[in-house]
Amino acid sequence: MDILGFLQSNADQALYLTWEHMWIVGLSVGIATVIGVPVGILITKYETLAKRVINAANIFMTIPSIALFGLMLPMLSLFGHGLGKVPAVIALVLYSQLPIIRNTYVAIKNVPPAVVNAGRGMGMSNWQLLKEVELPIAIPVILAGLRTAAVMNIGIAAIATFVGAGGLGVYIQQGIDRVYDEMIVAGAILVSVFAIVVDGGMAGIEHALTPKGLKIQRKQSK
Amino acid sequence: MITYDSVSKIYGSGPGAVTALDNVSFHIEKGEVVVFLGPSGCGKTTTLRLTNRLDSITRGTITIGGRDINKQDPVRLRQSMGYVIQEIGLFPNKTIAQNIAVVPRMLGWSKDKISERTDELLRMVQLDPALYRDRYPAELSGGQQQRIGVARGLAADPEILLMDEPFGAIDPINREQIQDEFLKVQEKLKKTIAFVSHDIHEAIKMGDKIALFSEGRLIQYDTPEMILTQPKNKFVADFVGSDRALKVLGLMRVRDAMNPVPLNIIQGDTLAPAAIGFLEEKKRRYGVVVDGGKPVGFVSLKDLKFETGPVRDVATPFPVMAQGRQPLRDALSMMLMHDLILLCVIDGNGDFIGTVSYQNIQRAILDVYSDETEDRDATR
Repeated sequence: MDILGFLQSNADQALYLTWEHMWIVGLSVGIATVIGVPVGILITKYETLAKRVINAANIFMTIPSIALFGLMLPMLSLFGHGLGKVPAVIALVLYSQLPIIRNTYVAIKNVPPAVVNAGRGMGMSNWQLLKEVELPIAIPVILAGLRTAAVMNIGIAAIATFVGAGGLGVYIQQGIDRVYDEMIVAGAILVSVFAIVVDGGMAGIEHALTPKGLKIQRKQSK
Repeated sequence: MITYDSVSKIYGSGPGAVTALDNVSFHIEKGEVVVFLGPSGCGKTTTLRLTNRLDSITRGTITIGGRDINKQDPVRLRQSMGYVIQEIGLFPNKTIAQNIAVVPRMLGWSKDKISERTDELLRMVQLDPALYRDRYPAELSGGQQQRIGVARGLAADPEILLMDEPFGAIDPINREQIQDEFLKVQEKLKKTIAFVSHDIHEAIKMGDKIALFSEGRLIQYDTPEMILTQPKNKFVADFVGSDRALKVLGLMRVRDAMNPVPLNIIQGDTLAPAAIGFLEEKKRRYGVVVDGGKPVGFVSLKDLKFETGPVRDVATPFPVMAQGRQPLRDALSMMLMHDLILLCVIDGNGDFIGTVSYQNIQRAILDVYSDETEDRDATR
């Protein structure tokens, strides 16, 4: 099996599919963050809402991806987007909600009550408290949620090829159809490498954005 | 400065309502430290949290400097008072300097002024600014963190300081020290302080007045001396403890109980035979030798018997001496430990100012309690 040979002779296409994959995942995680982080923060203030929101996100998570694409197809067809990148991105946004909302919620909830009490007692407004204290303390756990979502989405995006979204899943799907081993394995390896690189990169960002004081605290509690 | 007028706090409503504070009225004078004291659940912390509107009043009013706090913006109100809590609550993501600067920054102080103020406060709480300002809370010990907590509370130089068991989580040795330091600072700053504590020792030490709470009611509001010597009812008496006579000793100073003109003083240059004559005349077995205003030691008749020179050469030095401003309890402890019947008292310069004996201590206690015993006799 000459995978390298395959990639060399199809370099342009492989790059294009990788770029397409990246694009789908990047856009969906971006949208999911813009929705999920504020929702996660909001539900820390409304406890009754918190359970419902997290349960709803949980339910989306349990629907198999291929089934979700199937469910969305007739609905999105009404707007002429039953196939292609739109259903893929919508599905990925939905799947990302659970790790992002849950991590944000837990991270803010875990800010020590003494710190919040002290801040409030000193006359910080809710907004100041959130911006200067709660978010900086919560940031490592929130980023861990984004990381989980991104890595998970890279995998699910490979399946989105079945609704014509493109991306590296194309190699796997077409390879299977044509019984073309090199193509299947090349697609699989590229998706895996992509996931590993993103995971590593996000870990780096997490480390870089964690406030120095928290790193010291963590080191000492070990 | 702060007036509590018929203040009640009820949590919940209907049959499940809990009265946390029941019709409490008292007044805190400007520059006074008032300790809110009582067992847990007595309403002391609730009273404090009502003062800066972290909790809302159900009935009654609290006025600060004549202004009803409910007519003020809660955020502004809180910024105008320092707030220090037991758990400290330093922001772990901010440096020490940034932690102290929180309120000044909210108040819009200039960078230079904040930086200057931060250094000043760090020096005040005995931490070297050059060493500590850029550290993070996690790098400091518990005692150091609480010093920063106090500095942060004082940052914008508020007139009022609210402290919720500020030294409760610190080990006993450091606690004593940090209390002493705080009292020294307070002597200079003269802040109006509401101080929550469950520890009677701390209350006696820190408070100009004590507000003793039980089950949401203010039971007695008085000076520590009065609380100790004239407890209003059995609850107060039980709370201050059956050893309250000893606690009174902690409040009284050695110079208040000492004998400033003891009869058995012998000047150092007196010759031994003359000293014997002096002691026999006064019917004393011991003499305290003082030379040039400084205490030298003590001599007994036995020591002097075969001597001829000046007594200062024969005197046995005191193993320990009391300072006039020390608590009487310390003096009693020294006497018990060193098996002394008499303790020599000196001032800050080491000059002799008197002696204190068991009898002096007993009399001092009796004087303090005399009012109480008279009251009791009258009711019989």
